[in-house]
Amino acid sequence: MIRILISIIVVAAIAMLPLLGDNYLLRLGTMFAMYCVLALSWNVIGGYAGYPSFSTAAFFGLGAYTGAILQGAGVPMFAAWIAACLSAGLFAVLLGMAILHLKGHYFAIASLVVAEVLVEIATSWTSLTGGGMGINLPVLRISVAAQAQLFFYAMLAAAVLAFIMNWLVGASRIGFALQCIRQNEDASSMVGINTTRYKVIAFTLSSLFVGGAGAIYASWVFYIEPPDVFSILLSVKPIVMVLLGGAGTIFGPVIGAFVFIVMEELVWRNFLSFHAAVLGVLIVALIFFLPNGILGVIRRRRAARSTEEGAAS
Amino acid sequence: MLYIQILLNGLMLGGLYACIAVGFSLVWGVLNVINIMHGSFVVLGSYVAYFAYVHLGVHPFASIVLAGGVLFALGYLLQIGLINRVVGAPVLTTLVLTFGLDLLLNNGMLLAFSADYRTVRLESPFGSAIVGGLVIPLSRLYAMLLAAALTGLLYVVLIRSRMGRAIVAVRMDREAAALMGVNVNRVYALTFGIGALMAGAAGSLLSLIFPISPLASTDFLGIAFVVCVLGGLGSIAGAMVGGLALGVIQSFGALFIGPQHGLTIAFALLILLLIFKPTGIMGRSGYE
Repeated sequence: MIRILISIIVVAAIAMLPLLGDNYLLRLGTMFAMYCVLALSWNVIGGYAGYPSFSTAAFFGLGAYTGAILQGAGVPMFAAWIAACLSAGLFAVLLGMAILHLKGHYFAIASLVVAEVLVEIATSWTSLTGGGMGINLPVLRISVAAQAQLFFYAMLAAAVLAFIMNWLVGASRIGFALQCIRQNEDASSMVGINTTRYKVIAFTLSSLFVGGAGAIYASWVFYIEPPDVFSILLSVKPIVMVLLGGAGTIFGPVIGAFVFIVMEELVWRNFLSFHAAVLGVLIVALIFFLPNGILGVIRRRRAARSTEEGAAS
Repeated sequence: MLYIQILLNGLMLGGLYACIAVGFSLVWGVLNVINIMHGSFVVLGSYVAYFAYVHLGVHPFASIVLAGGVLFALGYLLQIGLINRVVGAPVLTTLVLTFGLDLLLNNGMLLAFSADYRTVRLESPFGSAIVGGLVIPLSRLYAMLLAAALTGLLYVVLIRSRMGRAIVAVRMDREAAALMGVNVNRVYALTFGIGALMAGAAGSLLSLIFPISPLASTDFLGIAFVVCVLGGLGSIAGAMVGGLALGVIQSFGALFIGPQHGLTIAFALLILLLIFKPTGIMGRSGYE
């Protein structure tokens, strides 16, 4: 109960952000919401099910291009966003059925390479996607400030939906089945869990809102090009965020996304040419010093304290 | 005649691909670690050869020793210092760790050497030979032969030497090898070092053929991925077959579809193979 209350208060506080009237903070808030969508979505397949998916960039780019192409064809913006969710989801169902029988490194590589193939398709299919020149989106006929607010709330809505989705998965049979799969896939299939079905469900859930976020991003920045929206970093950053916060938890991805964006702004803005190197150092430090994420540390402290108290009494 | 020429080009390219991939395959097979840094290792090897040629006048073929040595030291230290600590962790941990290290290494190279493409221009180029109407660029031919020789040497080391036998033993059964007195952590470090050495050697061979830039590292990594999956993991023969197959497929693909899609063809092939035959052409094996 208290967790629901905290969540509502946090969302409400973030939703007040436009009242400050600071455009820089609003842009940052939109990015934060986007990172939350990516991290929360990856958490379903990577955190609960333990499958090292690097497909986030593929879903994001696919959503961005679906949104951009549909809007270019005159489809209303909101409808284009929803279509982007569905196209990413459909793609994930098909891709999942094809590659989710792979394990470990093989799955990781297959999911990683998909984005590379999509980049090439987007670059070569000039008549549909504008090729390497990229694609421009129709300009909205509202003020710049109103646009900034619109996209902020859109991204925030996607983040809230992704958060609720995470919560529902974690509390349901699906989440239970996925955690069984993570611990021992053969054993779970022996006790009657349809592992293929649950893995495809998890993979699809991890794609829906990412596709939507891609389309919102495309509308927000007005211009997309293949290397931008299919960037491998879009696959890796959510993983880093989830590991940072705590994998397989409900709040971990959000905490991770927050810490990540603060670091991104504070450190990387000042060291532009070291951008990638700083991310590299962060990753290495994370693996060695925070292997269970921030929530893992907090939990261990709490557990240690309760055993101390138990010993004292 | 055209087809024979293209087959020949493909085989020459494939020999180099095999040399790029064999170290990657060794590390993956023995350590169960996918080394995302492999592409950057190849590029670093190329830079060693480039600077050795520009400043010291060392021929890139002779730089194999130099680049191999530098990369071996780097790989050995990375494994002893960092990767050994997480080698038993889930796949995601080692993948993300090597990805992070690769970001560091690649960013470092970008800062040190810039993103400009450089090429080694020999004072006395090899030129080409024409045999029975077939054009054979000699630099490619020699590089391919050297690459094949290096790969063969690695095979002999794994089969004949004490160290090689220890590596194979660890690959087959880590616990049993440890019980027989093999220092597993040291073998891991040696294996990772050898993987890096092969990448560095391949890099110095490639410096004569491909332009050098930190941006090229992802292409080399992609090639290593595809060759390993194509040939099957865990044997040198698999890497050879995979490399040659990829070289030939890419050459014909370039003819029929267009040269700019070389890597796409390879990746599409990779996904199809993973879906339908994840063990590769040669199947999985253990360097017996």
